Amino acid sequence: MSWLNKIFGSKEESSSNTAKARLQMVLTHDRSDISPGLLELIKNDIVAVIAQHLAIDPDSVEVNLDQTATQSRLVAQIPLQPQSRK
Amino acid sequence: MSGKVVTITSGKGGVGKTTVTANLSTALAMLGRRVVTIDADIGLRNLDVVMGLENRIVYDLVDVIEGRCKLRQAMIKDKRHPDLYLIPAAQTRDKMAVSPSDMVLLCDQLREEFDYIIIDSPAGIERGYQNAVAPADQVLIVTNPEVSAVRDADRVIGMLEAELKGPGQLILNRLKPEMVARGDMLSLEDVVEILAIEVIGVVPEEESVLVSSNRGTPLALDTNGSVAGQAFRNIALRLEGETVPFLDLSAKNRLFTRFRDWINGL
Repeated sequence: MSWLNKIFGSKEESSSNTAKARLQMVLTHDRSDISPGLLELIKNDIVAVIAQHLAIDPDSVEVNLDQTATQSRLVAQIPLQPQSRK
Repeated sequence: MSGKVVTITSGKGGVGKTTVTANLSTALAMLGRRVVTIDADIGLRNLDVVMGLENRIVYDLVDVIEGRCKLRQAMIKDKRHPDLYLIPAAQTRDKMAVSPSDMVLLCDQLREEFDYIIIDSPAGIERGYQNAVAPADQVLIVTNPEVSAVRDADRVIGMLEAELKGPGQLILNRLKPEMVARGDMLSLEDVVEILAIEVIGVVPEEESVLVSSNRGTPLALDTNGSVAGQAFRNIALRLEGETVPFLDLSAKNRLFTRFRDWINGL
């Protein structure tokens, strides 16, 4: 019950917020016609290219589609492996 | 002056297109406008039963298009209004019996005689939808506050823009203010933010909507306290270019309405 959640500070998100977030995600993909599977392929290719030159953790790489009213873009997060001082 | 063609569509089925069409047509007729409504859902005829005109059908849309009757003969007069007519869908044919250009020609004929031609589109984005949208000057997209209906509405909005018929205007149907207040239903603001589209109507979920379709008496005719009926009439006024504020559907207000109805019922 929502009032119980309020009193005890439950962190469970309201289902309408979940619906909104899920819709925004799925519509970003629908509108651009870029599937999550294609993003995964692109991510793997990026990882393969960069790993030839730099030490990266493949599991922490993220490639996302970012959409605003006027433009869509691919956003890649590629954290480098922590390095010791030379 | 030439009449305006308004198409009601949605992508997803079961969101209330036919109910909206019946009520909007009725509400415009109540304002004294000359209205003809066309059921473009060939094979799944329904607008006739929702409007209570099912017993008077002789000819249908496909009969007109294939030249088996005159346009006038397929137009069923709704006797509750001076100027409201229905052109029913054919029940035993399929969507391919009509083409988008047939619909454009038919509507061009009707424009001369009527202020509004309201078309009830079938669900989907195939031929039936294309037939319904081809003659449209204005498209209203009906959706419900649920993920599947909103996603399909987005697809239709995208298609309308590609066909230069867009972006259209949104009718959010079956909103339950109590669930929105609890955080368990997308709000009007949520849906508008997601779809980025102008809104022309918000209709609350109300049992009387089903009761009125049971009876074949569109709810817009009920000027006695139905909030949904008022919401439909307001859409008609906005279509006429009037600025009508959206109804206060907040849970508190609804509670008051229920209390008032209960008192009135005593």
